[in-house]
Amino acid sequence: MAIIEAKGLTYTYPFAEKPAFKNIDLKIEKGEFILLTGPSGCGKTTLCRCLNGLIPHFYGGKLEGELTVAGLKTTEHAIYEIARHVGLVFQNPENQLFALTVEKDVAFGLENLGVPRDEIRRRVDWALKITGIYELRDRAPFELSGGQQQRVAIASVLAMQPEIIVLDEPTSSLDPLSAKNILDVIHRLNKDLGITIILVEHRLDLASRYANRVIVMRDGQIVLDGEPRKVFLQRETKLIGVGIPKVVRLYLSLKENGVGLSKVPLSPEEASQLIAEALTFDRG
Amino acid sequence: MIEVEDVYFTYPNGVEALRGVSLKIADGEFVAIMGQNGAGKTTLVKHFNGLLKPTKGRVLIDGVDTREVSVAKLSRKVGLVFQNPDHQLFSETVEEEISFALRNFGFNEKIIRERVNWALNLLDLVQYRRTSPFMLSGGERKRVALASVLAWDPKIIILDEPTIGQDSRQKERLRQFIIQMNQQGKTVIIVTHDIEFVVECEPRVILMANGKIIADGETREVLTDPDLVSRSSLILPEITQVFMNLNDLGFPREVIDVYEAKRLILERLNGGIKK
Repeated sequence: MAIIEAKGLTYTYPFAEKPAFKNIDLKIEKGEFILLTGPSGCGKTTLCRCLNGLIPHFYGGKLEGELTVAGLKTTEHAIYEIARHVGLVFQNPENQLFALTVEKDVAFGLENLGVPRDEIRRRVDWALKITGIYELRDRAPFELSGGQQQRVAIASVLAMQPEIIVLDEPTSSLDPLSAKNILDVIHRLNKDLGITIILVEHRLDLASRYANRVIVMRDGQIVLDGEPRKVFLQRETKLIGVGIPKVVRLYLSLKENGVGLSKVPLSPEEASQLIAEALTFDRG
Repeated sequence: MIEVEDVYFTYPNGVEALRGVSLKIADGEFVAIMGQNGAGKTTLVKHFNGLLKPTKGRVLIDGVDTREVSVAKLSRKVGLVFQNPDHQLFSETVEEEISFALRNFGFNEKIIRERVNWALNLLDLVQYRRTSPFMLSGGERKRVALASVLAWDPKIIILDEPTIGQDSRQKERLRQFIIQMNQQGKTVIIVTHDIEFVVECEPRVILMANGKIIADGETREVLTDPDLVSRSSLILPEITQVFMNLNDLGFPREVIDVYEAKRLILERLNGGIKK
């Protein structure tokens, strides 16, 4: 059974004239790493808000169709119930952190659920270690760098042991090195722990190598959905305004000039290998 | 002309954000200031419109010490667009937001109307004229903040992280109008982490780390230097990474854009070992 399933999902914000998205049909299997992208205002953030029940429980408005997440119909369960299964990480970690120490921030959700103390201790340590911030546990979140804060936000979500983590542009305000490190953490959550990841991103250069599927939205519709290597080759992808990685652009540009690499590269390492291969083959 | 002379700045909480920064930016230059979070980039540009005054040293705008003029007066010349649009927006409609500063500067209604229309068009916001900025997406709010500064036509324009939350088409528009403004003689300064955007614009690049300038030069020269790049928590441009790995095959390392990369590879394939 799919871990997320939407059927004919349509949502309109309170007082809005037209729906933020309409008639979305979507199936996501357990363990997938989804990269969700599309021009600003396309409805991707709104869709994320549905996945943990913020829509409709917090935002109100009109939600039509059906959405099941981790076996729960989001309209029939409260946010706190859904939150055990779906963690949400926002663009700006400052908005999410508030406790006096990193450890307390990470423990907060579990304390609210009434989890026993030993279990809280165990899970908090585990989440801090996986995200690489165990040594920062006694520091105040507001003293940390943006990248460290984002790790705290991810650890807080992780401590709840959700099956799904949704991240809405988690790296956009970080410096490139911190962004790369955060994506490595997200990759590990998916690969080692089997957590289903839904990552909303404009910049695809760092994330596409980890995703098994790219979903592109435009004007409240899903317009492309498939493996990254296939989606990036679609003509529409560029027209829609998806930021195709430069290595893919290099692939396309070589192809136009009659040089075919054996597959579409998703990272610089892969691109250099494929180019070296093409050059040796040509010589040999 | 912006002249920064050995500037130190310490925040009231004791954080030393700038530790001896000197630089000159001439009229009509296009500069990108890059570096780690907390390196002092935003603190530095807040000195350009007088929002912050040096603890030590001085900043001159067209020869005038920023300590001797009001922020309001400096703003007419130096427009700063903040990183977080929510620190800047407050009006009920996008149109009012853009008109606000123009009214404050005393432009007449006809000019205000023209300027507002111009800015709405430029930033692809016409459809939101009567919408509340707070109903818009993060990327759209960012464009409103930008439009409201561009509308009063300052001669120096500073954009703090302008590409955050922008999709690739908006970024391309942004790139085009930055180039266009720069060609019209404006000084454009961007503070950014977005390496690929900088590679596409090729401005003068100033790298900062720990409150100091650690490099100042052409895009290609600065951003293909692995040591400088790692000291400022950046990563090498995608294409540069590809060519670093191809160095054994005799390719140069300092390649930054797709077009150039393609040309070098085709040359090699066509037999000519051109160096």
